[in-house]
Amino acid sequence: MNLTLKIWRQKSAQDKGQIVEYKVKDISDHMSFLEMLDVLNESLVAKDEEPIAFDHDCREGICGTCSLHINGEAHGPDRLITTCQLHMRTFKDGDTIFIEPFRSKAFPIIKDLMVDRSALDRIQQAGGYISVNTSGNSQDANAIPISKPNADESMDAAACIGCGACVASCKNASAMLFVSAKVSQYALLPQGRIEAKDRVTNMIKQMDKEGFGNCTNTGACEMECPKGISLNNIARLNREYLVASI
Amino acid sequence: MGYFSSSVGRKFFMALTGLFLVVFLLVHLIANLTLFGGPDAFNAASHFMGTNPLIQIMQPVLALGFVAHIIMGIILEYKNMISRPIGYIKNNANANSKWTSRNMIVTGLMIFAFLFLHIINYFIPFKTTEIHNHYEFVVELFKNPIYTFIYVIAFILLGMHLMHGFQSSLTTTGIRNRKYQKCIEQMGVAYSIIIAIGFSSIALWFYFVN
Repeated sequence: MNLTLKIWRQKSAQDKGQIVEYKVKDISDHMSFLEMLDVLNESLVAKDEEPIAFDHDCREGICGTCSLHINGEAHGPDRLITTCQLHMRTFKDGDTIFIEPFRSKAFPIIKDLMVDRSALDRIQQAGGYISVNTSGNSQDANAIPISKPNADESMDAAACIGCGACVASCKNASAMLFVSAKVSQYALLPQGRIEAKDRVTNMIKQMDKEGFGNCTNTGACEMECPKGISLNNIARLNREYLVASI
Repeated sequence: MGYFSSSVGRKFFMALTGLFLVVFLLVHLIANLTLFGGPDAFNAASHFMGTNPLIQIMQPVLALGFVAHIIMGIILEYKNMISRPIGYIKNNANANSKWTSRNMIVTGLMIFAFLFLHIINYFIPFKTTEIHNHYEFVVELFKNPIYTFIYVIAFILLGMHLMHGFQSSLTTTGIRNRKYQKCIEQMGVAYSIIIAIGFSSIALWFYFVN
């Protein structure tokens, strides 16, 4: 298929940036979206032009590195997938596709479509862990009984890959879905209860410091999340934070 | 007061004032529905609302609740706007969220503008002048097609605001889980429709029937 791409190009964080139009020909519908961009980049390199910078790593939907706001949606129009899992068969021959970086004050642009998402790492570092002895004499994890529903919900929350699609989709550029998943995965387990209050307090503090917006429960994050993280986690985060503050 | 200076705390404050206004609207609607009972019923209800000590105590609290909800709403919206200084050229927001949920500030500010008109129309005359027949006063106003139109539009906007606000405020206060969320959402829709249709029906009834 032949496509018209309207891609955000920006030389550096300081550069103003603009949309540049590219035409790509003979794209196979079996390709992933990133492979389509690889084809474009190869043609740009062949013409001695600067290739388009975009984030990617595992290309199998588990690392959370790829991003892109495609035709107005984070990771494109499909549900429960990352951009590397988005197939070109989702589009039609002759389509025009807008490709923009994830937009948020907390995600400064590095170059073209690459943004700095280390704000999410700093939130994680502020409390997204449990303090356990790992010197070789830690107890067997299975020795602590955990109810099946709690284990399942914790696992669902832990599926978050920290890609930032929630921030990109939110009209307020809020990171609440991400933070709520990271808080929930521990809050639901006995091992996580010990540091629960400090965890939620410190993670919210860091989230606010990074410049993310306030959650208004629009649900856009839940819809665009490649891992289907539920808004119920946000309610849990609100409960955890309220209890921790009393 | 670290809690209320955080984003989550401010949202909680927004939700609490919102839920307080949700309760107020229901009380207001019940009082207004007595208009269908004729002059005696409404005048009695109006007298009760004007003299009952609890209602009198709640009036300044209500005013404060409105002001707090509006000011906090504007503060939060401003913070949200600066959280994305450069927007998307193409943004397909309808694919992932409802218009009503994204435009709370729009419906909210329009309801705020209506609130001014409403206070000038009713609250000030009722409080400052010696009107004994409140029923006549209400009926008189809804003879005006422009007022009737503005009121009905305001109630539709209010319904849209509540459609998101009801369930959103409960989520913010932590009341949401897999089991009850469907039920909460349906209650929110029912409540919003009751408020919008309840208030509108009064304006339309007196315009068309009387």
